[in-house]
Amino acid sequence: MAKIVLDRIRERFGDAVLETSSAQGDEVAVIAPDRWLDVASFARTDPACAMDHFIDLTCVDWPKRAARFEVVLMLRSSTTGKRIRLKARVPETDPKIASVTGLWLGANWFEREAYDMFGVIFEGHPDLRRILLYDEFEGHPLRKDYDAAKTQPLVPYRPEALDKLPPFGKDEGMPWERPVRPGREHSEG
Amino acid sequence: MGEVGGKTSLRTLGGGEGGLFTTKFESLLGWARKFSLFQYPFATACCGMEFFAVAAPKYDIARFGAEAPRFSPRQSDLLWVVGTISQRQAPVLKRIYDQMCEPKWVIAFGTCAACGGFYDNYTTLPGVDKIVPVDVYVPGCPPRPEQVLDGLMMLMKKVADGNRVAEIAEPGLAAKIAAREIAKPGS
Amino acid sequence: MEAEDLREEVLDLQTEPMELSMGPSHPAMHGTIRMVLQLEGETVVHVDVQPGFLHRGFEKMCERGTWSQVFPYTDRLNYVSPLLNNVGYALAVEKLLGVTTPERCQYARVILGELARIADHLTCNGATAMELGAFTPFLWMLKAREWIWEVLEEVTGARLTHSWVRIGGLAADLSEGFAERTRAILPKVEETIDESMRLLLGNRIFLDRTQGVGIISKEDALSLGMSGVNIRATGIDYDIRKVYPYLVYDRLDFDVPVGHDGDNYDRFVCRDEEMKQSIRMIRQALDQMPGPGAPFCIDDPKIVLPPKEEVYTSIEGTINHFKLIMEGIQVPAGEVYSYTEAGNGELGFYIVSDGRGTPYRVRVRGPCFANLQGCSLMITGRMVADIVPTFGSINMIAGECDR
Repeated sequence: MAKIVLDRIRERFGDAVLETSSAQGDEVAVIAPDRWLDVASFARTDPACAMDHFIDLTCVDWPKRAARFEVVLMLRSSTTGKRIRLKARVPETDPKIASVTGLWLGANWFEREAYDMFGVIFEGHPDLRRILLYDEFEGHPLRKDYDAAKTQPLVPYRPEALDKLPPFGKDEGMPWERPVRPGREHSEG
Repeated sequence: MGEVGGKTSLRTLGGGEGGLFTTKFESLLGWARKFSLFQYPFATACCGMEFFAVAAPKYDIARFGAEAPRFSPRQSDLLWVVGTISQRQAPVLKRIYDQMCEPKWVIAFGTCAACGGFYDNYTTLPGVDKIVPVDVYVPGCPPRPEQVLDGLMMLMKKVADGNRVAEIAEPGLAAKIAAREIAKPGS
Repeated sequence: MEAEDLREEVLDLQTEPMELSMGPSHPAMHGTIRMVLQLEGETVVHVDVQPGFLHRGFEKMCERGTWSQVFPYTDRLNYVSPLLNNVGYALAVEKLLGVTTPERCQYARVILGELARIADHLTCNGATAMELGAFTPFLWMLKAREWIWEVLEEVTGARLTHSWVRIGGLAADLSEGFAERTRAILPKVEETIDESMRLLLGNRIFLDRTQGVGIISKEDALSLGMSGVNIRATGIDYDIRKVYPYLVYDRLDFDVPVGHDGDNYDRFVCRDEEMKQSIRMIRQALDQMPGPGAPFCIDDPKIVLPPKEEVYTSIEGTINHFKLIMEGIQVPAGEVYSYTEAGNGELGFYIVSDGRGTPYRVRVRGPCFANLQGCSLMITGRMVADIVPTFGSINMIAGECDR
């Protein structure tokens, strides 16, 4: 239903739009990362698009692809009610993309979260630091190669607590140093 | 490191070798303390909703004398750790615990506080007892208010006796302790 | 006293900005938000809102199980109205699968969701009132919430974290007598809301502390990505149940309360009115819902678990059950973004599947994360004491904000 928006973007930006798709009512366009800010500005300011309601900005990790991180921006127009999804793929070696905080205030924290979880750097962001995790944390946990069970405690555990404390028996309670369970494999892209 | 349920306690209070009050004066102090616990509800997550419910009129916590929440660690003696504690929150919790004055007790409310819950991942502290000593574990996700009150009554019994051995608020356990029928867990 | 009266020039004092850290363990911060304030006397000059103290790794945990194993995690997102999150996630996976649940299931999801929404708004308004010093309405609203929780407990087995919705339907049918019990509590809940509002909305102190405080403009709200009551209080008429109807909301007759100033008072009263509209919706849905014999799950063995009698007596049932539990529902490869009106606004699930029984990526667009960003705009320039009602009226639920 937002096809005209995608058509406007494609007619304006031509080859910067790498692919478009439409499934289950969602309209998606994949943009070349160097034109990200231009396309986003157009979506914001063009009267036929008028995407003034910021919805979401996130990232998906496809480690098997050359352009590993797929930045996803979801927008909505409060006047027409149309929604679009813009995507851009950045490689791991140079995970940089322009920040859209100048267009939508809401992008601020969402970009910080994408940086925190994936390590994508948003150029032009006023304050790019971790938001959900602490500064001492090393690594980016939502990447597929970060082991989910790997903790980085800030407060060292009490020496008495390194073994099972009473009233838990030796085999009760949750083991917190165990390795990843075999058998239930992680999905790999 | 001490056997489960052995004679030695995890921490000694002022008075009472072996962790149990032996003089009448200390018993009197224990009795007075148990009915006037000033709580510090360190509420973070879903268990906080059950904490409200326990404090609400239906499962009234005021009848146990434990109603007054003091949002300052200096003024409270019972730390309720309610909800998941993340690694980022752990230094805050430790600092609050350190600021409390003796004698102080800790209730781990909910499985996330007791053992990390089902969040065994990079960001959750696997149980509050890794950083502060816990007196009563109340399991449940979230625990029913009756179970919370069970845990509170168990704690009150321990405050009165000066008992510092940690226990879990299992169904019926508080009643058994009150009737002095139960053997210590693990013995 | 207005903040302007406390300006330096008026007081003729030399002051320096003071940095004050409010939270994360603070009664008004709901336990998990840290605000680093820079104060000039009482006025907030700059605030750095720091969420993330309840980050529990929802999105990473989803990648370690099957599609159905995500439901308990969704409960704990907005933990005051867990059924709304369950419904949101189930709708997202069903959108990707391309299936629609039968009517009885849709009505049941609407009714349970609206009950959860009432519980959410009761808690929010009650907690805001309590933080302003009005303890009595808080206790009355908790009393009303207990009635709702009793009804939900009778159906789902749990007071708070239900995990009652399944992909393709519900875990089991609504219990007998559910309709009567629900109809019995609705007038009592409505009366409690009216009583509490009578206490609060005529009180000079309450009005002074909420009217004109915590204002946000329409343009800022849109740019920030706010949704739900926070954006409706500014005057923008955006309710997903009306604009993009899902389930059976298009068959129900209800109004959407919209404010005009975007201040705390408008948010408070909007929640109030929404509770009444939810009660209205529940009554209509109970009337329209197909009777107890109607199917409540879709009839597809690849998606829905077979009934237990079949599992224990027939080989097909056993194999079916085994495959669904061990391997998970095989969702076709693709991605979808599905959004519903949760307690705080647009709860979006962006789901990416690679064709297997384990999700590849489950992204939660929690409305509180976007709403909380607006907090710094709302409190800059106001006094420290204004932070309390403002923060309370945003209804920041950390489970959804930090995931």
